[in-house]
Amino acid sequence: GTGVDLANVKMSMNPFDEIAVEEAIRLKEKGVATEVVAVSIGVAKAQETLRTALAMGADRAILIQTDDEVEPLGVAKLLAKVQEEEGAGLIILGKQAIDDDSNQTGQMLAALLNLPQGTFASKVEVEGDKVSVTREVDGGLETVKLNVPAIVTTDLRLNEPRYASLPNIMKAKSKPLSTKTPADYGVDIAPRLETLKVTEPAKRSAGVKVADVDELVAKLKALGVAA
Amino acid sequence: MRTLLLVEHDNSAVKDATLSAVTAAAKLGPVDLLVAGFACRAVAVAAAGIAGVDKVLLADHACYEHALPENVAPLVANLMVSYDAFLAPATSKGKSVAPRVAALLDVMQISEILSVEGERSFTRAIYAGNVIATVESTDLKLVITVRGSAFPMTSATGGSAAVEPLSVVADANLSTFVGAEIAELERPELTSAKTVVAGGRALKDAQTFAQIIMPLADKLGASVGASRAAVDAGYAPNDYQVGQTGKVVAPELYVAVGISGAIQHLAGMKDSKTIIAINQDVDAPIFQVADIGLVADLFTAVPDLTAKL
Repeated sequence: GTGVDLANVKMSMNPFDEIAVEEAIRLKEKGVATEVVAVSIGVAKAQETLRTALAMGADRAILIQTDDEVEPLGVAKLLAKVQEEEGAGLIILGKQAIDDDSNQTGQMLAALLNLPQGTFASKVEVEGDKVSVTREVDGGLETVKLNVPAIVTTDLRLNEPRYASLPNIMKAKSKPLSTKTPADYGVDIAPRLETLKVTEPAKRSAGVKVADVDELVAKLKALGVAA
Repeated sequence: MRTLLLVEHDNSAVKDATLSAVTAAAKLGPVDLLVAGFACRAVAVAAAGIAGVDKVLLADHACYEHALPENVAPLVANLMVSYDAFLAPATSKGKSVAPRVAALLDVMQISEILSVEGERSFTRAIYAGNVIATVESTDLKLVITVRGSAFPMTSATGGSAAVEPLSVVADANLSTFVGAEIAELERPELTSAKTVVAGGRALKDAQTFAQIIMPLADKLGASVGASRAAVDAGYAPNDYQVGQTGKVVAPELYVAVGISGAIQHLAGMKDSKTIIAINQDVDAPIFQVADIGLVADLFTAVPDLTAKL
């Protein structure tokens, strides 16, 4: 195969990004953030995703429109240019997209801008010119303090994203959404990785159902798991 | 191809994730290891004993103690003038540092490889493990994270590499470590355990989870895992989570108790050698991947099973 068949498949905002939008809006509601700008890179249809972010409470949106596939490195380079223009205090991204499962963009953006990163965040607290980020790491939780501006990537337990209400969906239609292209930013987004093929993972052979615990114990003994 | 591999450690011991990553790195060519940490000479000495390793670089300084990516990534990027590939285990540390290194080198990272297909081509899982992509890099240097469960561990002994201390200090002064809450584990580490017993939302509450799951895990000498639903409901700590956004495991035996088997959970365990599912719902998707399924009330079946083992 050459890829995953995406024709007529329902698309929606990446769940980690919903959490990122929610966190940004909460920071605004607390009076910590003054403005929330939502940015997306991709085909014209990505406007719908930005309208969702606006309906949730973002103030304005920027779509960097391209029909080309953009890898995390390209996305990070484009977002770095947006940050140079916008000068945001905090840039919040999802920890990974659930299609390519890369988990790279936030870290790459932090590197390109030479800013600190708080990845896999489950708690974010802005304290003056620092931001304290509690991170979900192997074995438990870890807290780091970052200079602002900083990059944060969201983990699932950071918050519970809100649903956009109908009046807010209507209001979102009149919020500003500007459209740019990668060329406007002078960024080369040519892919570095070539997908040679995609395949389905090996299917597991059909299993058996056992009638009761005794039969399960017998199977486990046959496997050498139980004595 | 000369490769540099970041050692996963806690400033006192080498973690198993390193040993799987060495197996992957060795497929590309000679392997040097980097130990970045503080007061961690013992780690470097242990790393030098890993079979097949050429050299261990030791960056021992307070600024590397907690593996802050702002400090470790520039250190790695500078060392990369002498290497063709940088590999890191796909642990929370590796995933935080490696993409930062990739961007500093202006290359795309290849995340969580499952196999090495050629000098520049690798397989990796996308769409929650429902698709396997074979990708080839056109970049001059490779930056790769390695899914531990996909590679056998290299022997931790038998090697005799030299330890070379580095004098570099790269404190970026962008971030500080405040503290950590690490769960006390008296069991094998989840990602390297031979047996895993995992519980789902059907366990009702934290107390029931402990009463039902722990004795079975103890009996089997198993590590304990949980579905996201169980973790979100507070039955088990976050780091027990098995799945697309938690840990990916591939033990010899995976026992799923009261787990329905959402695709996000299957992404974290469907490469286990033998899967056993105990669930009351005969239509639960977990039964489609289970080798042995028992349709039963877990509150009676699991204690009964524990008693009979």
